[in-house]
Amino acid sequence: MSKTKAIKKGSVKTIITYALVVVSFILVTVFSKSGMLSRSTQGLLVPVCCYIVMAISLNLTVGVLGELSLGHAGFMSIGAFTGVIISMSLQTVIPSTALRLVVAILCGMVTAAVAGFLIGIPVLKLRGDYLAIVTLAFGEIIKELINCLLVGIDENGLHFIFNPTGTKSADDLGLSEAGKVIIKGAQGATGTQTIANFTAGFILIIVALFIVLNFVNSRTGRAVLAIRDNRIAAESCGINITKFKMIAFVLSASIAGAAGALYGMNYSNLTSAKFDFNTSILILVFVVLGGLGNMLGSIIAATVLYVLPEALREFSDYRMLMYAVVLILVMLATNNPSVKNLFMKIIPGKKEKEGTVK
Amino acid sequence: MEFLSYLISGISLGSVYAIIALGYTMVYGIAKMLNFAHGDVIMIGGYISYITVSSLNIPGWLSVIIAMAVCTVLGIVIEGLAYKPLRSAPSLAVLITAIGVSYFLQNSALLIWGADPKTYKPLVDGNFKLFDGQLTISFVSILTIVACIVIMIALSLFTSKSKMGKAMRACSEDKGAAQLMGINVNFTISVTFAIGSALAAIAGVLLLSSYPSLMPTTGSMPGIKAFTAAVFGGIGSIPGAFLGGILLGVIESFAKAYISTQLANSIVFAVLIIVLLVRPTGLLGKRIQEKV
Amino acid sequence: MKNFEKGNMVPVPSHSIIPERDVGETPVLECVHLGIDFGGLRAVDDFNFTIGKTEIAGLIGPNGAGKTTIFNLLTKVYTPTRGTIIINGMDTSGKNTVQINKMGVARTFQNIRLFSNLSVEDNVRIGLHNQEKYSTLSGVLRLPSYWKKEKAMHERAMELLSIFGMEDVAGWKAGSLPYGAQRRLEIVRALATDPKLLLLDEPAAGMNPNETADLMENIVKIRDTFNIAVLLIEHDMNLVMGICEGICVLNFGQIIAKGTAQEIQSNPAVIEAYLGNKKKED
Repeated sequence: MSKTKAIKKGSVKTIITYALVVVSFILVTVFSKSGMLSRSTQGLLVPVCCYIVMAISLNLTVGVLGELSLGHAGFMSIGAFTGVIISMSLQTVIPSTALRLVVAILCGMVTAAVAGFLIGIPVLKLRGDYLAIVTLAFGEIIKELINCLLVGIDENGLHFIFNPTGTKSADDLGLSEAGKVIIKGAQGATGTQTIANFTAGFILIIVALFIVLNFVNSRTGRAVLAIRDNRIAAESCGINITKFKMIAFVLSASIAGAAGALYGMNYSNLTSAKFDFNTSILILVFVVLGGLGNMLGSIIAATVLYVLPEALREFSDYRMLMYAVVLILVMLATNNPSVKNLFMKIIPGKKEKEGTVK
Repeated sequence: MEFLSYLISGISLGSVYAIIALGYTMVYGIAKMLNFAHGDVIMIGGYISYITVSSLNIPGWLSVIIAMAVCTVLGIVIEGLAYKPLRSAPSLAVLITAIGVSYFLQNSALLIWGADPKTYKPLVDGNFKLFDGQLTISFVSILTIVACIVIMIALSLFTSKSKMGKAMRACSEDKGAAQLMGINVNFTISVTFAIGSALAAIAGVLLLSSYPSLMPTTGSMPGIKAFTAAVFGGIGSIPGAFLGGILLGVIESFAKAYISTQLANSIVFAVLIIVLLVRPTGLLGKRIQEKV
Repeated sequence: MKNFEKGNMVPVPSHSIIPERDVGETPVLECVHLGIDFGGLRAVDDFNFTIGKTEIAGLIGPNGAGKTTIFNLLTKVYTPTRGTIIINGMDTSGKNTVQINKMGVARTFQNIRLFSNLSVEDNVRIGLHNQEKYSTLSGVLRLPSYWKKEKAMHERAMELLSIFGMEDVAGWKAGSLPYGAQRRLEIVRALATDPKLLLLDEPAAGMNPNETADLMENIVKIRDTFNIAVLLIEHDMNLVMGICEGICVLNFGQIIAKGTAQEIQSNPAVIEAYLGNKKKED
């Protein structure tokens, strides 16, 4: 009895998760087509999708694998710049923007996965806060490395310069007349053709959800959950800790790379400073507020918390202060029994208020 | 000569990191939390010192004491309001709260003092020259290094000799057992935050004396670096924080001078990763064997 | 008290005894001069012990004698400082915990280590990790092998849970089970890894006499059904003397007696270790 109940509960939640994403997509598309969304709201659609995918991806590392990562934006960054380079260099080869988008996202996934593997070697040997600091370090390193990168393309192919001393400029790339600079060091990617769109974002969310939910409910996913719950017991059940940690970490990195690639192709100008420690933290906040291991929660938290500061723009300087206060209060309300009770009493009024703000 | 000059500026910068890292490490040792708001307490300390000097026209040393007092109170208030209610909560919840506090402090500073950078007037001016003027050492560097050494020795003595220090070490080992021994755990944690925050104020003033640009985000990067330094040395260890801070400062200074300004932070972080690969709990950290 | 049938014990070359029925077979475990130091402390020293292919063996001794340390050595949670561990005739030097499990040693823990946030069935499925394999890709894409193996896993998990009549709680969160059931689940999970040797660390701890009696029957039943050996650490002497064939008594990291239940019960060194020697104090 209880068994069937438990299984039903799990699959019902999965269905709700997919349904919510699909229904939201349809509603937003209808609103958008009928001109009910303002330009600024329209501009939020793709980044929201990207951050949702980032949250799903980070939830795999933090919620499912149980390791704190403070540098997830680094993988997003790798995906973004890979995506931009690929899409810009394939402009003539693949005229179809949709196909080019898919190829660029796949390439972003692959490079981020490779980076995930390389960084996973030192990271997964460590535990707890030591692991967290290495991911933080990794995020910062990626940011600075991309700042030193000059990339251009002409009929002879791609030109790369690694410019650690800051003495070289785009002119040193030696591009021909027809050539084009793709990444200009600290100025980042400039003049990118923006081929990302909301539909692509929606599909990416569905694919990410499909991968992560299926992964968690499979033999590999269970092994990862076992490692999270009790490392020593998992080992004694014959589970190779390093291997399965690595699989989860690389998968998480590659999904972040995909999100990054889509994000990169949504802006004509993009600097690597966009993917700094604060961005990593922002995504972590989505994951923790949404609930560890809870993908539906991640989706909702990412949407609300990304849109909220934008919606509060009229309060200008006060909005981030309010964001901070809300963040602290939510953590207190969800984790402290007495504060929780206090909130329970006043919550009906509060909920309405929040609703009107949105 | 050039080498010596970079070394000294590295040690001086490292001393600032070390002072911040000491605060990080003490709080981590006792509360087992990464206090991400620590860097922003530095910034608040800097602003208090700046404001008191520029508007009340008091001497620099007095402004430091005022800044320390304000930060101490701030530290206790933050701990009491935001962290104490989460004592038994999962560590991630505390981490997110600390991030919330960090945002709060930064944005409060933004509202009160504005976004444009203020130029901080160094505590001490001037410098002296050695080797026929080939090597210039600023008094600020000397002051920073001396302050760091004094603080490090004082803290070591405090934690090993004083009653409160022993209570702190007891709490960091086992809070439950400490409570049963009659130690007021909450009070001890508050005192730790107070000390850490007072140190942050000193660090802020010293940092700004060398790098005088003051903004609401001034504390973030030194905060992250000091966190790195604390982990580098072995988080929870006071000599470790000192060693980690100094090494980090020196590596950063040399990396900027001889390799690349743009990649200085990357080099620092790369060294950190290598050190952790060899010694997974930092240079002076305790190795913990999980009981099976 | 129910009488369990025990084998006739005969000596083997490593100064141990194994059941006569197992003499023709490779012993499941042979320890030769096994030892480990923690700093200057010789936590286990010169541990020589052999377990027959279908033997139920016991490891007893006062608290702190090094019993759990021996389990940790056998499963390579700790690396031995000295000596050799041979499992099914194969040397285990250089092997890690995972490889030891694949060689056929499964264990339970003194302080229960379940995957407490996962369901009871998932705990057993994790035990089946190396029995019913399919790739990560088939799992993500839900290829036919996923459905086939998952079905097999479910059936096998239910079958194993039925040993202790736990099919009804398969959907429960493992952490929400009562204490005794958690101990039983640990045994089921260990069995799922298809061991040749099952190590049980205080399986009856916290159980009442009725539960213990059931457990004794089940341990014997498991040995008979799966045709495996069992080594158990236990303080409940009724259980040890009731089902263990070869018994090894440990004190301060060293073996002070080996033999059958009768031999151990009348051994003066054992009595001294447990009760202390009055004469010495005088």
